Amino acid sequence: MKSFQQITLLLLTAAACAAPARAADASADEIVKRSLESFYYAGNSMRARVSMKLINRQGNVREREMTILRLNLGNSGDQRYYIYFHGPADVKRTSFLIWKYPAKDDDRWIYVPTLKLVKRISADDKRSSFVGSDFTYEDLSGRDLEDETRVLVRKEDLAGRPTYVIESKPKTPSDYSRRLSWIDRERWLPLREEYFDARNEPLRTFTADKVEQIGGQWSVTVRSMKNLQSGHRTEVVFRETEYGVGIKQDIFTERYLRDAPAQWVR
Amino acid sequence: MLPLNGCAEPGAASVNDRAARKHFLVRIFSTFMLALAPSAATAEGISWNGFVQSHAAGRTSGVDCPAGTECDFPAADLRGELEAEGKNAAGNAGFLGRFGLLRDFALDETHIETRELYGDLRSEKLAARLGRQVITWGVGDLLFINDTFPKAPVALFTGQPLQYFKLSSDALKLNAYPAPANLELVIAGFRPDDTPDSRRFVLADPLPVGLPRRTEEPGNSPEELEISGRVFGYFDNWELASYASRTHYHSQARRVTAGEIVGTYPRLNTLGASLTGPAFKGVLSLEAGYYDSPQDRDGRDPSVENSQFRALVGYSRQPWDDATLGLQLYGEWMRNYSAYQETLPAGFPAKDYLRRVATFRFTQLFAHQTVTFNVFTFVGLSERDHYVIPSLRYAFSDDLWAEIGANVFGGNRNGTFGSLQDNRNVYLTVRFAF
Repeated sequence: MKSFQQITLLLLTAAACAAPARAADASADEIVKRSLESFYYAGNSMRARVSMKLINRQGNVREREMTILRLNLGNSGDQRYYIYFHGPADVKRTSFLIWKYPAKDDDRWIYVPTLKLVKRISADDKRSSFVGSDFTYEDLSGRDLEDETRVLVRKEDLAGRPTYVIESKPKTPSDYSRRLSWIDRERWLPLREEYFDARNEPLRTFTADKVEQIGGQWSVTVRSMKNLQSGHRTEVVFRETEYGVGIKQDIFTERYLRDAPAQWVR
Repeated sequence: MLPLNGCAEPGAASVNDRAARKHFLVRIFSTFMLALAPSAATAEGISWNGFVQSHAAGRTSGVDCPAGTECDFPAADLRGELEAEGKNAAGNAGFLGRFGLLRDFALDETHIETRELYGDLRSEKLAARLGRQVITWGVGDLLFINDTFPKAPVALFTGQPLQYFKLSSDALKLNAYPAPANLELVIAGFRPDDTPDSRRFVLADPLPVGLPRRTEEPGNSPEELEISGRVFGYFDNWELASYASRTHYHSQARRVTAGEIVGTYPRLNTLGASLTGPAFKGVLSLEAGYYDSPQDRDGRDPSVENSQFRALVGYSRQPWDDATLGLQLYGEWMRNYSAYQETLPAGFPAKDYLRRVATFRFTQLFAHQTVTFNVFTFVGLSERDHYVIPSLRYAFSDDLWAEIGANVFGGNRNGTFGSLQDNRNVYLTVRFAF
């Protein structure tokens, strides 16, 4: 399997060299910036009911059922996230609060319902797994534009959609050495991403499995991330997604971390 | 700090006190439920959850236990818990009930417990919660200064899941949210800590042997209620809070009088503040509080704690993926130390003028967070003792997990943790949730 992926990679690299993108296209930075805006900032505010399936190599499934609330704070790039767990039973009513900043470490809190404890948690490492899934905190809320360098490799069609293929590399050492992103040239959503480790071996693959238009916003409503080295994968389904719903900033405070806002968490 | 002193004798809390607490709960809860009744008519339905759990702790320190002390397995129990939660369609009223059935093999007892049972009413700017509830304040990690609500060190020392370390209070909690600060007021009935006693623990007891013992608990008259307040707000992304309480010590003060040993819970007033925020790529936490002991202001009553100033500084960060490192330094300054020294009866180990404790936590998650390795260590810097809690948990599935761990006490036998070294144990917990 690995050798097949290596061959594919070689072919892709060769294709990239053979057919470089034309200068008239948007720059790689502009494409990624627009993609981040479409994927992570759509609609000023958002509410969604989210089901996550964590599936190991043996096919055993663990499930997480959540409500996710998001609010963009003006044009600063700052965001607020609120995540409430409906299940499984052992983590029911646990909630997370994330204050995300583009240029510095996020602030993160967890509420442990059995202890009625609000705990601020260190958010230095955005590459930690989100609740044991194949998605990291950064995958959930977006990485900073300044954290990577990137080039536009080529343009190609992916499953009938026109895409830009971008190669990004982290500026500081990370768990991945580079990633390839296929970004929809019309809808600006990432349709596929391939992460490679320090030895350039395929590490993780993200796929947008279902894309729908909701309230005028193109949205990835089914997505998955597969760890190619461990065989573990995570499937995420966004249901009841709503944009521009008028969530206020005070929802993203300790009060509602302890006591879920009934209007939004249902 | 952990409530450790005051080792209650078996059955020391009087049956009348317990009944009084129960009646208090029933009275306040029924009033509240009446208020909730119109809202319940439009209830959205009730969700049910629960679990069954088996827990056992085996003593590893080879010691000859006195008669009446459960020696080999100081904890061995099977419990089931059922939780019901509901709210109305508008979301401005709700309730939660958590009920347990506990079979305690160590003490050969069976209990039905109401662990939590409360009703909620809330509006945009106000909220009220009435009933049996757990309340947790402060920024320390297993160190408490301004959180004077009842706790169960017995659960911690025998390796029970951490949720059993916090005891519920029968209380009315009122919140107001005028921007920019949050105000919280808690009016609670008294509930003692669950401190180690001779049923499960081997303890040195400097009080005379053979004297009859009894306990006097605070009642629920208005003047004996416990009132605590917290004001909380953000300053940019730092959190500030100030706290005040008129409460009681929740572990016993014991004195020998007229041929008997009487345990009481003296009054305690506290005033404090906390601050937490991002610093040095991690989280910095500061908390301080003054403990005013109104029944021993001059510090000359050896049975009652002297007034103290307590403070902690904590720092935690993620050194690498899925790992957390935490460090804390904690101090207790005794206010009237010379009076304490002069009046301490012979045979009692003397406390330090400045008691210093450091804690260390390291947590690493493996295998998509199905495996959790954790070690938490208390180091008595001034008392030269320690308490180490290593644990390893594996989640077989969403519903089933098991944890093995140990409670390792050691060092100076006169120290808070060292005095517990005949109670070193290893434990196993298995829980199935549904």
